[in-house]
Amino acid sequence: MCEEADMEKNYYVCTGCGLLCDDIEVESEKNKINKVYTACRVGVAHMKEARNEATFLVDDKPVDEATAVSKAVAILKNAKNPLIFGLGNSSNETQKTAIELAKKINATLDDTSSFCLGPLAEALIQDKLKTCTLDDVRNKADVLIYWGTDPSDSHPRHLSKHSYFPRGREKQRGWEEERTAIAIDVRKSHTAKICGNYFFQIPPKGDAEFIDALIAGISGKLPKTSYNYPPKKILELANILKGAKFGVIFVGRGLTDSLENLEPLFRLMKILNEKANFHLMPMVRSYNTMGFNENLFAETGYVNSVKFENGDVKHGPEYSIVESLKAKTVDAALIIGSDPLLILPRSIAKNMLDIPVISMDHCETMTSKHAKVHINTAISGVESGGSAIRMDGVKVNFEPAIETKHPSDEVILKKIMEAL
Amino acid sequence: MTNAMELYQMLPKTNCKKCGKTSCMAFAVALMAHELTPEDCPPLKEESKYKENYEKMSELFKPTEGVTETGLIVHEDLCFGCGNCVVACPPNVANDPHGVGSGNAPTNANKLVLAVEDGIVKAQNLGECRRFGKNKILCYGCIVTCPVEAIEFV
Repeated sequence: MCEEADMEKNYYVCTGCGLLCDDIEVESEKNKINKVYTACRVGVAHMKEARNEATFLVDDKPVDEATAVSKAVAILKNAKNPLIFGLGNSSNETQKTAIELAKKINATLDDTSSFCLGPLAEALIQDKLKTCTLDDVRNKADVLIYWGTDPSDSHPRHLSKHSYFPRGREKQRGWEEERTAIAIDVRKSHTAKICGNYFFQIPPKGDAEFIDALIAGISGKLPKTSYNYPPKKILELANILKGAKFGVIFVGRGLTDSLENLEPLFRLMKILNEKANFHLMPMVRSYNTMGFNENLFAETGYVNSVKFENGDVKHGPEYSIVESLKAKTVDAALIIGSDPLLILPRSIAKNMLDIPVISMDHCETMTSKHAKVHINTAISGVESGGSAIRMDGVKVNFEPAIETKHPSDEVILKKIMEAL
Repeated sequence: MTNAMELYQMLPKTNCKKCGKTSCMAFAVALMAHELTPEDCPPLKEESKYKENYEKMSELFKPTEGVTETGLIVHEDLCFGCGNCVVACPPNVANDPHGVGSGNAPTNANKLVLAVEDGIVKAQNLGECRRFGKNKILCYGCIVTCPVEAIEFV
């Protein structure tokens, strides 16, 4: 970026999604954001319209901060096995405080990655797969594969800021000449539309077979699939991949949810790196899910689904939010910046209605509506600062764009810790 | 939209040159290029026998009122501000290679054709657009990069 412009202008970081765009200009007046430049519609909605004025609620009645915190403390004190969940939309600092809190109260701690891209994040943190940063992608990448993901909708500036369209250090001539974008998906997504002829439509659950066929194609064998995908097209794709100087596979949940385990993906990456140079990046949705995985891994050696017990750490699928709610092993829940009642299947989410729930969020959610205690916090990244880990593992610091009277989730967690 | 021949059929076809063009056909071509409007043909506008045609033509050009000089329309309800067009637009890249050309925030705002504001792309400085001016060409840079067909030329 131009250094002069950097000095003249004050850029903010958008915490609307995992891309953490760091070039956002904001016009604000009286601590209200009026105009947002360069951000996509997701970011603008996050920065301008996410504020909800209801503050602290206990049993749906407005109370002051101290009452809400003491009620939350009482719930956590009475619980034998409380669940702490969320944190994908919280700063690193908040996440570390939450891990401390979980240790202190012997809680089960989990985030959305346990049913999203957690296994992939774990493999990357443990260096089992080759990855790169988004800046490398912009500067060097020539072959981009969007597999089971639609960044045009989920991370709108992915293609324009990082992957396909921008000029990079070693890619000066632009996307038409120097980059190939490939979409592999079960439907013609908006991203697939941009990929044009390089869109490979496969049937649902057809990913593992497609990987096998692709590996066969790369090794010079005839690619076969039970759904009779034209071998000619797979060979054409295999040839493009073999010729890649700097390839990247962006993996979405469309791919990981369709695979039994990540083994086929490991095999694909292995052969791709024998014949060419390939990297992998998970398309993490929330702005700091990657941070949660890294922070928890640094503390415990696991990326999610842990249970603290008097200094020990247990890990396993039974400590994920889905399994622990299903088995009703948790007896209270502290939900931070997430909405499990909305995102989990109804048969599992309904078990949350039987336990006392504390919700911390900056807006009304399905979870906050059914919570015993709701604490209205500052919008992380808009009203409070901190640091976060971008989807490619790069640490990004951010400052608040406006001031607020709402406490940050970190402040509230510290108050809860003190009171305990 | 229509073509120049269809427009010509609706003109008086007298080659009176009152509009400043050498022939009615030349006037039709100028209409197509949005250089002139049906009002610039005095007989068409004033003489009652052409009234029907005049109304028909005015109707034809109505949707393009409020359109930018290059005929670019942004459908604001469709656009979600991904900025693909901003980064791919050739004049944008030429005028701001380290800013929007590299995917970043604009650093040369008064030379950019497209920029994202409040999550929606805005067309501006159309003098820079390759579809504008004497040496204009039919550039499709912004259209082909849009995933939701939010940009259109009329």
